[in-house]
Amino acid sequence: MEGNLNALTTIFTEFYYWVTIVMMFLIHVGFCMYEVGVSRRRNHLKTLMKNAMAIPLVTITFYFFGWWIYFGFPNGPGIAGGLVTAPFAESWNPLMGTHLSGVNPGETGVTPTDAALWHRLNGVFWGAFLLFSITTASIISGSIIERARSGAFWIVAVLVGSVLWILDASWGWHPQGWMVKLWGYHDAYASGVVHAIAGGAALAFLIVLGPRIGKFKPDGTPRDIPPHNVWLVTIGLFLIFTGFWGFYAACNIPLISPATIAGQITGETWTATNIYLAPTTLSAITFNFLMSLSGGMLAGYIVSKGDPFWTFSMGLCGIISASAGNDLYHPIQALLIGAIVPTICYKLHYFVERRFKIDDAVGAVAVHGYGGFLGVVVAGFMLWGQPSSPYEGFAHVNPLGNFAGAVLMFVLGFVPTFVVSKILNSMNLLRVPAKVELEGVDFALNHAFDASVREVGTAEKAMIK
Amino acid sequence: MSTNGMESWAVDLKDIGAIYPFQGSEVVMVIIGLVFWIGWHVLQTRHENAEIEADMAADRSGEETRKAIDRH
Repeated sequence: MEGNLNALTTIFTEFYYWVTIVMMFLIHVGFCMYEVGVSRRRNHLKTLMKNAMAIPLVTITFYFFGWWIYFGFPNGPGIAGGLVTAPFAESWNPLMGTHLSGVNPGETGVTPTDAALWHRLNGVFWGAFLLFSITTASIISGSIIERARSGAFWIVAVLVGSVLWILDASWGWHPQGWMVKLWGYHDAYASGVVHAIAGGAALAFLIVLGPRIGKFKPDGTPRDIPPHNVWLVTIGLFLIFTGFWGFYAACNIPLISPATIAGQITGETWTATNIYLAPTTLSAITFNFLMSLSGGMLAGYIVSKGDPFWTFSMGLCGIISASAGNDLYHPIQALLIGAIVPTICYKLHYFVERRFKIDDAVGAVAVHGYGGFLGVVVAGFMLWGQPSSPYEGFAHVNPLGNFAGAVLMFVLGFVPTFVVSKILNSMNLLRVPAKVELEGVDFALNHAFDASVREVGTAEKAMIK
Repeated sequence: MSTNGMESWAVDLKDIGAIYPFQGSEVVMVIIGLVFWIGWHVLQTRHENAEIEADMAADRSGEETRKAIDRH
């Protein structure tokens, strides 16, 4: 019976994560629609492909090394211990493929314990984390449209999606991460580990890249560059909201016993947990997801005077800003955090645009970067003194730990991306020349399209009798 | 003879490990995968450079660019 129960739990968990992966794909459908909607007609195709090709590139590199980083680096290494061995996550391990849990003769690097646990869960855990990775990379994509070279973005996408974010996840979004142990860092639904780091990376890229031609008047006043299709933008954001349900569900362990957690929880009540293996429920996050989304949209509608782009974007920012503590907040707290933080982010977006001439075409730095950063900081105060983990000896949640964590997340995205962007820029690989930017980055593709339409049209007309 | 060592399903599944073809060549496969990835970036960069060069040589009069700008 115990064997069957364990088998059922494993297969349920496998299916649960598989469903979250499917749902999270909607985030990327949304990102593509959103970016294409914001871009002008002469840049559609390259904008679409720039975002879409992050999916395969981050996928293969997350397979090669990203997944291993998560399990290898929770101690730093060198902060709370050494490098952790995780053979099941090495890309050359048999458990990184179709496996039935036994150990074949001559199968190196597989222990019976690893095989029993990971043969059904490795692929779906990897897939769920991968979708976070692609999301983190995609966040940068929208802000740099219409003048960045696609190849430059794809290199940065691999850096952020398959190295930086998963490194910070290993530190602050892992049951044994050093930030959780030593700082009491709490960021259950990834305000910092996904959004703040992506916002930091986007800001660094934008600083080196510079604004689009025409974005600023000669006196430095910003011009509005309207989306060519607001409807496409809002549908894209709706799809991102929808995909975020999968994102939230994937941040939980759906069903686990206290004995399996092997921490301080007593009794035999099975539970869902957050990524730190501390108890929560899907019900709790459903309350808070919807309330924080609502707070953001309600505030956004007022602050932006009913502007669709910002009303929807602030809804997303509402979720992001409450995500760090949405496993534990009261729904009204989620509502208020989801309203107040995006309002600050909206103001900051325009302040930074005016003051520092940063042209963020989709407001990604504000929605994800500032929203994620402030969300982590707020959680440090709101959850002050609560246990960060079910394990003994971990620091409790506190404002200083979460503030330091938020800074670390933003900086970890900013600094390496700034350096890589500078290198790419020095090699003329970061930005298209001004003439090409004015023609539109789709110039050659549009030309070929128009020529084909003319040619086939002429041929068909010649056959009319 | 089979590429994954399985010739029948008359087995206890708990005794079976990996079932993909050519087990034992995982390291080689990873190396091939890495070469494919890096090679893709190299080819893409060349392709993008060529396309930018062509775009730079096109539309000397600026007429088509003006039309494209008008379409927003």
